[in-house]
Amino acid sequence: MSVLNELERASLSPSAGQTSPEKHPMDDFMRMDRMPHIWCSTCGIGVSVNCFAKALEKCQIPLDDVVVVSGIGCTGRVAGYVKVDSFHTTHGRAIPFATGLKLANPKLKVVVFSGDGDLVAIGGNHFLNAARRNIDLTVICLNNFNYAMTGGQLASTTPKGSVLTTSPFGSFEKPFNLPFLAESVGAVYVARWTSLHIYNQTNSMVEAMKKPGFTFIEILAPCPTIFERQQKFGDGLDRLRWYCDNSDIRNGASTKDVDIRLNERIVVGKFVDTDRPTYLDSMNAHYKEKLGDRYKPYEG
Amino acid sequence: MPVRQREKPFGLPKPETPHGEIIILEERCKGCGFCVEYCPHRVLVVAAKYNTKGYHPPEVQDAQLCVNCGFCRMICPEFAIYTYEPKTGEKP
Amino acid sequence: MKADPRGVLTGAHYIDGDFACCEGALAAGCRFIAGYPITPSTEVVERFARRAPLIEGALFIQMEDELAASIAIQGAVWAGKKAMTVTSGPGFSLMMEHIGLAAMTETPCVFVDVQRGGPSTGLPTLPGQADMMQARWGSHGDYEIIALCPNSPQECFDLTIDAFNLAEQYRVPVMFMMDESVGHMMERVIIPPADKIEVLPRRYTKLPPGEYLPFKPAEDLVPDMFKAGDGYRLHVTGLTHDFRGYPDMNAETQEQLVHRLVDKIRLNASKIWRYEETRVEDAEVVVVTYGITSRLAVDAIGLVRQQGVKAGMLRLIVAWPFPEKRIEELAAQGKALVMAEMNYGQLFFEVDRCARGKVPVILAGQGGGAVPKVEDIANKIMEAHRCRS
Repeated sequence: MSVLNELERASLSPSAGQTSPEKHPMDDFMRMDRMPHIWCSTCGIGVSVNCFAKALEKCQIPLDDVVVVSGIGCTGRVAGYVKVDSFHTTHGRAIPFATGLKLANPKLKVVVFSGDGDLVAIGGNHFLNAARRNIDLTVICLNNFNYAMTGGQLASTTPKGSVLTTSPFGSFEKPFNLPFLAESVGAVYVARWTSLHIYNQTNSMVEAMKKPGFTFIEILAPCPTIFERQQKFGDGLDRLRWYCDNSDIRNGASTKDVDIRLNERIVVGKFVDTDRPTYLDSMNAHYKEKLGDRYKPYEG
Repeated sequence: MPVRQREKPFGLPKPETPHGEIIILEERCKGCGFCVEYCPHRVLVVAAKYNTKGYHPPEVQDAQLCVNCGFCRMICPEFAIYTYEPKTGEKP
Repeated sequence: MKADPRGVLTGAHYIDGDFACCEGALAAGCRFIAGYPITPSTEVVERFARRAPLIEGALFIQMEDELAASIAIQGAVWAGKKAMTVTSGPGFSLMMEHIGLAAMTETPCVFVDVQRGGPSTGLPTLPGQADMMQARWGSHGDYEIIALCPNSPQECFDLTIDAFNLAEQYRVPVMFMMDESVGHMMERVIIPPADKIEVLPRRYTKLPPGEYLPFKPAEDLVPDMFKAGDGYRLHVTGLTHDFRGYPDMNAETQEQLVHRLVDKIRLNASKIWRYEETRVEDAEVVVVTYGITSRLAVDAIGLVRQQGVKAGMLRLIVAWPFPEKRIEELAAQGKALVMAEMNYGQLFFEVDRCARGKVPVILAGQGGGAVPKVEDIANKIMEAHRCRS
């Protein structure tokens, strides 16, 4: 059997190489030779990627300096679609990989784009410690309340009472309150929006990327094929309508009060926006103090 | 109220409502309905026809109503719709 | 190219294997270590933590666990640095998933395992050599790595440089398999001047963005590399991928990619093999060994030679890829083989396989906790000699 070269294979894959005749203004940010992406109809991930593309345009950070790192899962596939240097790493370990990238080359703008299970369940330890150290990363967590890629299992962010494949009688566990968690471990910017709040999302992404330090944005995204279906809620559009009617924007609210409970109103907004020296700034300042002139500030 | 009393200070040009032309990339659409639902001027409806993937893309029901706000462009998960201002080419 | 003199501590030193390994890494150009403390490897990173702030461009970070350490180094490699992490048995087990990631994404990096008694928590402060099979087979899936075994602090220095060079040459994770005895023994280590140390730079692509395919191999089956931030805007994934780096999950791409990952080492194995032979030419029994055990095997050979048995030693410097051809040759020459290692049989099975039943193969194994006794190895040599005749 002859081994096909990659161009031949690309033409065989039903979805590869299919570019639309017209060009969309955001096409330069996306790997158009991989479109259409795998996310379901009415999934919220595509919306966030669109907002991210707009945010990159607004930020005016040179795209050659932007690196996107993601883990495993539906949101983990984001790295494969954005046209910047991107890394699709192992489950839960996007943040330490991003830490290595950032510390080895501080000029890079490193954005971690991953899902709730990936970032705070299996990756919880790394989330805690990177925030504590205030590594200069922007972490965008798409929270769809379950492990969608594997078929919809219970996650550590699943609201109590949700029916999922590993909680077939409804979950009885208390979920994480992600903004509270992020603030308590030291993130300097914490915001939560839903897939409907596209302008707020975009502005938060711009603010988070411009701000030095560990910045965290939680985006509540509908998951029609898995979460909404298992709750018998409808599709993603029904969930967006629900967000429209049931979300309150309370910027500056105390993160202790922003738990999510099934069928109760949710609080969104920009909750935390403080300042703290980043890991590298602290390191340079400290060694300068201890080692004096022998120390040359670390620049990568 | 006579129009002149509302023009303060005098002589300023009347603000023009922006207008947008809509481009729908039908083959990319996965029929989510976000753009149709959330267009503030109800410019779009779900078309009766199918695209080759079997989804109903949006179609423009009244092109004059579009004000180039750009909400449809940004909420589309598939990068399948955008607007532009015909005189300046601005794409929000 | 020559080593960067800023990282080379030229001179004669009296240091232990762990410190020598750290100095070797610095001499090789390693400027990023992410580690996690675990006995008996902690001294490597402690030394680096002390040296890094005073070397330009060097950074040490102690991560929150071995999982983070083993992937943070890969992030640093993709940002352009040479990177290494250091651990022992339990941490090595944790790092397995990321060794697989490094093999799949062809990330050149060095994993140091200062072996201790196992399994599980085992004997934290005492030697063992029972991670050798894990170094080769620990992660899931098909892949190949290179593993080196030093037997003295001087070799800890020299072979660490070789480990980095091999990693860059073949774009594989390289396992540096020390053991606690070698790691904690203090001996004279001579560090030559920087212009006498050969260091292989990373082979970056010369093609411009748009033309360069990140996983298209050159003639030696190894692709040229790129680094994040250079404008290539490419995707690297642990999923099975095509030349562009895009996930392409089907059997043909799996064959194209994974077969090459394996062939990269297997077809180049003869260039990678390294071993040292002592008195093998006229030997009737050859002791195959590596690491600290080799230093006792040398004495064992001397002991049995006094008793009239002609024994020799084959010391593995590169344990993986395993030097199958040399073992086959020795077996074809009718030399009985004794595998002396500090475990209950790991590389023994490789030797046994390569002997192809032509000669008796005996294990001089011992579970770790203390270095093997010379008499025990000598007895096994005598047993092999009896089996042979």
